[in-house]
Parts: sequence; structure tokens; C-alpha cells
Amino acid sequence: MLDTAKAAEIIRAIAARMEAEKDFLTQLDNEIGDGDHGINLARGFKSVLEKLPELEGGDIGGLLKGTGMQLVSNVGGASGPLYGTAFMKAGNALKGKTDITAAEFAVAMEAAIGGIKMRGKSEEGEKTMLDALCPAYKALSEAIDGGDELKDALSKAIEAAAKGVEYTKTIIATKGRASYLGERSIGHQDPGATSSLYMLQEIEKCL
Amino acid sequence: MKKLINGVESVEEQMILGLVKSAPDKLRKLDEGNVVVRAQKKEGKVALVSGGGSGHEPAHGGFVGEGMLDAAVAGAVFTSPTPDKIFAGIQAVATDKGVLCVVKNYTGDVMNFEMAIDMAKDEDIEADYVVVNDDVAVKDSLYTTGRRGVAGTILVHKIAGAKAEQGASLPEVKAVAEKVIANVRTMGMAISPCTVPAAGKPGFELAEDEVEIGIGIHGEPGTTREKLSTADETAKKLLDKILADIDFKGQEVVVMVNGMGATPLMELYIINNFVQDYLKEQGVKVYDTMVGNYMTSIEMAGFSLTLLRLDDEMKALYDAKADTPALKR
Repeated sequence: MLDTAKAAEIIRAIAARMEAEKDFLTQLDNEIGDGDHGINLARGFKSVLEKLPELEGGDIGGLLKGTGMQLVSNVGGASGPLYGTAFMKAGNALKGKTDITAAEFAVAMEAAIGGIKMRGKSEEGEKTMLDALCPAYKALSEAIDGGDELKDALSKAIEAAAKGVEYTKTIIATKGRASYLGERSIGHQDPGATSSLYMLQEIEKCL
Repeated sequence: MKKLINGVESVEEQMILGLVKSAPDKLRKLDEGNVVVRAQKKEGKVALVSGGGSGHEPAHGGFVGEGMLDAAVAGAVFTSPTPDKIFAGIQAVATDKGVLCVVKNYTGDVMNFEMAIDMAKDEDIEADYVVVNDDVAVKDSLYTTGRRGVAGTILVHKIAGAKAEQGASLPEVKAVAEKVIANVRTMGMAISPCTVPAAGKPGFELAEDEVEIGIGIHGEPGTTREKLSTADETAKKLLDKILADIDFKGQEVVVMVNGMGATPLMELYIINNFVQDYLKEQGVKVYDTMVGNYMTSIEMAGFSLTLLRLDDEMKALYDAKADTPALKR
């Protein structure tokens, strides 16, 4: 069951993971970007934690929307608007819900990905977080359609996302600061795809 | 990491407070965040708002004042400010003639400014923006985010700022800003890296005899890494790339020799010595020259060269009065 309390537990777990992986994500970003991805996400989720007590009393939609707004206001860079928009869109999709099904989770994830595409003017294959999230969503929705429970579907999604992260090593970045490197971006794993994978892993662990 | 700071958390705010205290009768900081505005709001003109990550001082807060910016929004070091802070800046300086934001072409900056402008429009503030992309080191194609905005941004502030100060309309100020953007080109290089305070270690490493050509202003790697050569050879390499990009022959230009933060003026003058002779040789007429630290990259050592191709309108606006901490004319 995924209710508001569980959703808050997931947000706390994601915040802890971002703090734990801060240096590694920053290192990945140093190689092909401007070296602030981990620092920014850790700072943003720390601010979400401060806001969480007033958010977790309501519905899941409000919790996610509040999380998104905190990220937009505190992360900065490109990942702030992107993850912020993703959480806000997911929140909109779950407005008024205090308990969600696997199918509703998929709808929210689809809305989140739509928000990232819109805000980033980006698609799969450009060495971004979408290269983890899009295959993950595809695997998740297929598993749910096939009758899987959310936790099992998420395991399949994580497998697909991990492959997506590996795939980002093989392609040239065409969005974000890494795109300035051209072919020199090949061989490096995308920090945004990596942080997206971590978020999916934390959701699965909490269920 | 060896820096004169009081803690990584306080770098940006104390920097902004210190800047404002250096000109307390002319600047103030907004309570909402690290936003510098003119001490006296000027009505009846388009408000010019710029901003970006910190670490580029004197950009951008140092260019707030008569003839240039109305507000500058500072993000964390090398990180775009967030939409709520940009919106606070827009709201503080907005007039009935509208607001023009000057944004450097980075994915995060563009997204955050776009979100802030959407927020401003919801409050019935007329707001628009231009994106500066003067860095010729970066390939401009459909397959990249496009060229980065670097030191040429200062000339956009100067010329669009003068136009706004004269009371021009928002479309007029935007048009002249876009004209500057179309005619300004920059290329930079580094001989040593910089350290983001919160990261604690350099963003990249260079061997004792290595340089990075085409470096951006965030310590992000450049386009090629090579052996250190002389100042003249290095400056020629950058200038050739700029001169090949648009036609400067027979044109009047503003030259900016910009230090990246830790380059002695001695070296910048040595570079300028070559630049002036070489431009003359190439048939480019220098109208005016700026040598100094305008758009830095914390303590990176290196420099960038900027050329702006002038016309009569831009020349007159370039010569108009400016009174800011970092640029007076």
C-alpha cells in the first residue's frame, strides 16, 4: 500500500540517498558538466525535509507538489527546474489521493516524465535523466499491465533504468552543459540519469 | 582548499552584502535573497535584470547602477539562481515599461529565468528575455544546447542598459540587446583550474605545462587540451577563432581582455599588447579597449578575448554614462 505516510517515508529515503551520493554525483558532473549535481540535489532535498512535517498531513498530491516547489526554489541549476517540475506534475496527477494503486503510480510517473520533457525541451537519447526514466516507465507500465504488484514492477523498472544509465556512457550529450564536450562526453555516465536511478531504487526499497 | 571565506554556506550572501556595503548609497540587497538592486528604484524605464551563478564577480551585481542593470540575481556558486529569487528581483524593479532579463545560454539559467518570467506574467508584469551566446569555442549546431554565454554579456548589459536608461520601449531595448548578441564573440582559455567552495577541490586538473583552450566560465572543460605556449601564440589562437566566426575586417570594435580571476593584470596587458597589434594587422579598427576582471571564474587563471562589432547606435550607447561599482563611463 502506498499512502501519504509511505510517500513521506520515500521522500526521506531519497533525501538520505542524495546526501549519501552527493560526492559521487558531483564527481560524475565534474567529468562532463559543471560539478554541482550532487551538491545541489543534497541541498534541495535537505530543504524538502525541513518542509516535510507540514506536507505529510495532507494527500499524496500535495506532498509531491510541495516537494517539487521546494526543489525548484532550492536546487538551482538545471536539475532544480527539472526534478521540481517532475514532482509537481506527479503531484497534480495524484491530487486529493491519500492512497494510490500501482496503475495510479504509473500515471503519476508518466506525468513527471512529461514535465521533464516539456521543461527541458528534451527527449530520450540525449544523455539526460530521461534515458533512465523513459525505459523505466516503459518496463513499469508493461509489468503493471501484466498484473505485477507495484514493488515487482518497480524492480523491473530499476533494471531498465540501470541499463539506461549504462547506455548514457555510449552516447554523445546533446542537452545541458555536457553537450559542449561533443564526442568527449562519450564514456561518461550521465549524473542526472544516475540520480534518477537512485530515486527509483529508494521508492522500491520503501515498499 | 585554501580560500578567504567564513564557511562554504555563507559565501554567496556575504559576497553580496560586501558588494552592497561598498556602495551603500547606490545599491541594496533584497531581503528575499541574494538579489542586488539600485538603492533608488528608477521609474519610467525598462528594468534590466540579469543574474546567474555566483563566482563570476564582479558579474553580475557589480554592474547594477545607472546606465546598466536594475537588478542582479546571484545563485549559488556556478549554479543558476532559482525562479523564486529571480521573480523577487523582477518584482522589485518592474516598471510599467516592462522588464528585460539578460540570460546566459546555459540549460539551467534559461529554464529558471523562463519559470520566473512565467511567474511575473501571472502578476501582470510585462517581462521578456534575451539569451547571450557569445562563446565561439562551442560548436553551435542543432545537436548541442548552443553556444555558452560568457564575457560578452557585460557588453549586452552596457549597451542595452544605456538604451533602457534613455526611456526606450521594451521591444526597442530587446532589439538592441539582440543586436549586441549578434555582433559579439568571445573565446577563453585557462592555465589553472578553480575550486567551487562547496565542492572543496578543483573542477578539473591541468598538468604544470598544460592549458585548456575554449574553457567556459564554470571550470567546465574546454574543447582541447594542449601544451602551454607563449602569450602571443595563445592570444592569436583565440583571436583567429573569433575573427573566423564573423567578419570584423574594416569594422570598428570594442575589445575586452578579460581575466578569469587569478590572472595578473601584468599578463592581461602583455596579451593586450599583442591583440592590438594583431587586430591592426588584420584591418580591424579598435574603438575602445577594456582590460580587467569583468566575468571571472573564481580563482581560475586564464583569460578570454571578446570583440564587439559596432555600428553608430551601439557606439553611442557604449559611450553613454554608466555608474556601477565595476564599470564607469
